[in-house]
Amino acid sequence: MTAVPMVRAEGVHKSFGPLEVLKGITLEVAAGEVMCLLGPSGSGKSTFLRCINHLEKINAGRLWVDGELVGYRESGDKIYELRDSEVARKRTEIGVVFQRFNLFSHMTALENVIEAPVRVKKVPRAQAVKEAHELLARVGLPEKAAAYPAQLSGGQQQRVAIARALAMRPKLMLFDEPTSALDPELVGDVLDAMRDLARQGMTMVVVTHEIGFAREVGDTLVFMDEGVVVETGHPRAVLANPRHDRTIAFLSKVL
Amino acid sequence: MATAVADGRQPEEVPAIPVRHYGRWVVGGVLLVLIANLVYSVSNNPRFEWSVVGQYLLSERVLDGVVMMLELTVISMGLGITLGVVLAVMRMSPNPLVSGVSWMYVWFVRGTPLLVQLLFWSFIAALYPRITFGVPFGGPELFGGHANVVITPFVAAILGLGLNEGAYMAEIVRAGILSVDEGQVESAHSLGMTRLQTLRRIVLPQAMRVIIPPTGNETIQVLKTTSLVSVIAVVDLLYAVQLIYSQSYQQVPLLIVACVWYLVFTTILSIGQYYIERHYGRGTSRQLPPTPIQRGRLLIRRMRGVAAREGA
Ligand SMILES: Nc1ncnc2c1ncn2[C@@H]1O[C@H](COP(=O)(O)OP(=O)(O)OP(=O)(O)O)[C@@H](O)[C@H]1O
Ligand SMILES: [Mg+2]
Repeated sequence: MTAVPMVRAEGVHKSFGPLEVLKGITLEVAAGEVMCLLGPSGSGKSTFLRCINHLEKINAGRLWVDGELVGYRESGDKIYELRDSEVARKRTEIGVVFQRFNLFSHMTALENVIEAPVRVKKVPRAQAVKEAHELLARVGLPEKAAAYPAQLSGGQQQRVAIARALAMRPKLMLFDEPTSALDPELVGDVLDAMRDLARQGMTMVVVTHEIGFAREVGDTLVFMDEGVVVETGHPRAVLANPRHDRTIAFLSKVL
Repeated sequence: MATAVADGRQPEEVPAIPVRHYGRWVVGGVLLVLIANLVYSVSNNPRFEWSVVGQYLLSERVLDGVVMMLELTVISMGLGITLGVVLAVMRMSPNPLVSGVSWMYVWFVRGTPLLVQLLFWSFIAALYPRITFGVPFGGPELFGGHANVVITPFVAAILGLGLNEGAYMAEIVRAGILSVDEGQVESAHSLGMTRLQTLRRIVLPQAMRVIIPPTGNETIQVLKTTSLVSVIAVVDLLYAVQLIYSQSYQQVPLLIVACVWYLVFTTILSIGQYYIERHYGRGTSRQLPPTPIQRGRLLIRRMRGVAAREGA
């Protein structure tokens, strides 16, 4: 093994009560890689993303981010649960962008972006504001710093959400269907911002139904169904020659 | 609305003949007669003794009572809100003991009359002659005093009103916290904010919109409820006028004095609440309705418009 993978999952299981949602997920995301997750509704894509930053606790298997166990600490042959504050600190290294944006609705775009750097990382406010303006410019919204989320379009909100996640200087970004709540004409701007990010070498795990984006930007495509990884490969290869029946059936519906 | 801006003139109203509501006119007329009759009887019945009302309204003893009423309201509301937030957060704790204690507290306090609670606090000395803070189960004492010295009637009143209010505020704060979208908490957590930071910075500010209106009602309620402390010999507004009329036998005018003051402050609170609600209503995209003052101005402007048209 040359380098430590950014994400490594080994037999990850997750159940909600009697419902087993993840039935042993094993995969690796190398540093700088863009992995696109594809799969029918209810297949467990969101759940897997949430496990990566410990918003959900896994029931079995192992999950590492940048070589460290998620939610646990290994010491000798024992595994200890992490405290809330330690979990919180690890989460600062992982940016998450949600389908429904989830911007803090009582704060302006700028306040949304500087909140975590100032409160969590204790970055001086002036510096955080300067960086926030740069980030908002980078996602194409230099003039929207003072706007409240309710005053922004969905696409603009999602780009602010990306800027907010980037403000913590994460080493990994998770996107959960970042464009599926958007009107078609607003999707492009958000995908542009993500493409930009991929080009700059960010490690990304992207749940998406944007086949075009997966084909163009993705390094790997993972097709999930009913809690298992059905097929993995280079996006162009998988999209052109899917090998499994379930992949073929799914792609025939979305393409 | 947009057309009114361009040339500064009111837009022409639709020149339709409005529907005549004869029923409304009849009901309005009957009500006016009844009100006029009431005003006549109140102002001409000598037993209201309006001159006595005027004489005592600003008297020192009454004003002291007013001050006491305000002190009690402010302190017990402060205690109630603080306690309410703590109890609401406890109630949502994953620790069943912590949430259970909060539930029990609310259950007990809301299940017993405030008047009884006030009496209990004033008789606390009978139950615990000495109040002490120290190591539990009879360990060394850090601070202590005779209950009758520590729990004065004023302290008993504050405890009774504040601890009672805490239970009601707990439910209000909890409803507010529950109204905040789960996604807000998740995105705060995924940014590495701790549970406390998320609560303070993200959840509570957004819960305010739901918490503020009923809190205004509670404040008005507490203001009036301070009158109950007269039973434990705290000289609030009601007890002050009672003391006066126990000597002068002018019960009616003195109770009117009390009512006037209660009305003054409940009115002030209502107006304050109206504007605070508007303030926290911002950020929702809907446009705010005009305030009564703005509506009044609009009405005057419209009437002038009608007068001008009829004059022309
Ligand atoms: N907190 C929860 N409690 C109970 N069941 C849950 C919970 N979260 C998810 N599930 C269930 O887990 C299954 C997988 O959900 P998940 O959100 O991971 O699917 P998904 O692949 O992201 O689907 P979609 O494309 O619709 O977003 C679903 O059946 C869902 O009902
Ligand atoms: Mg999902």
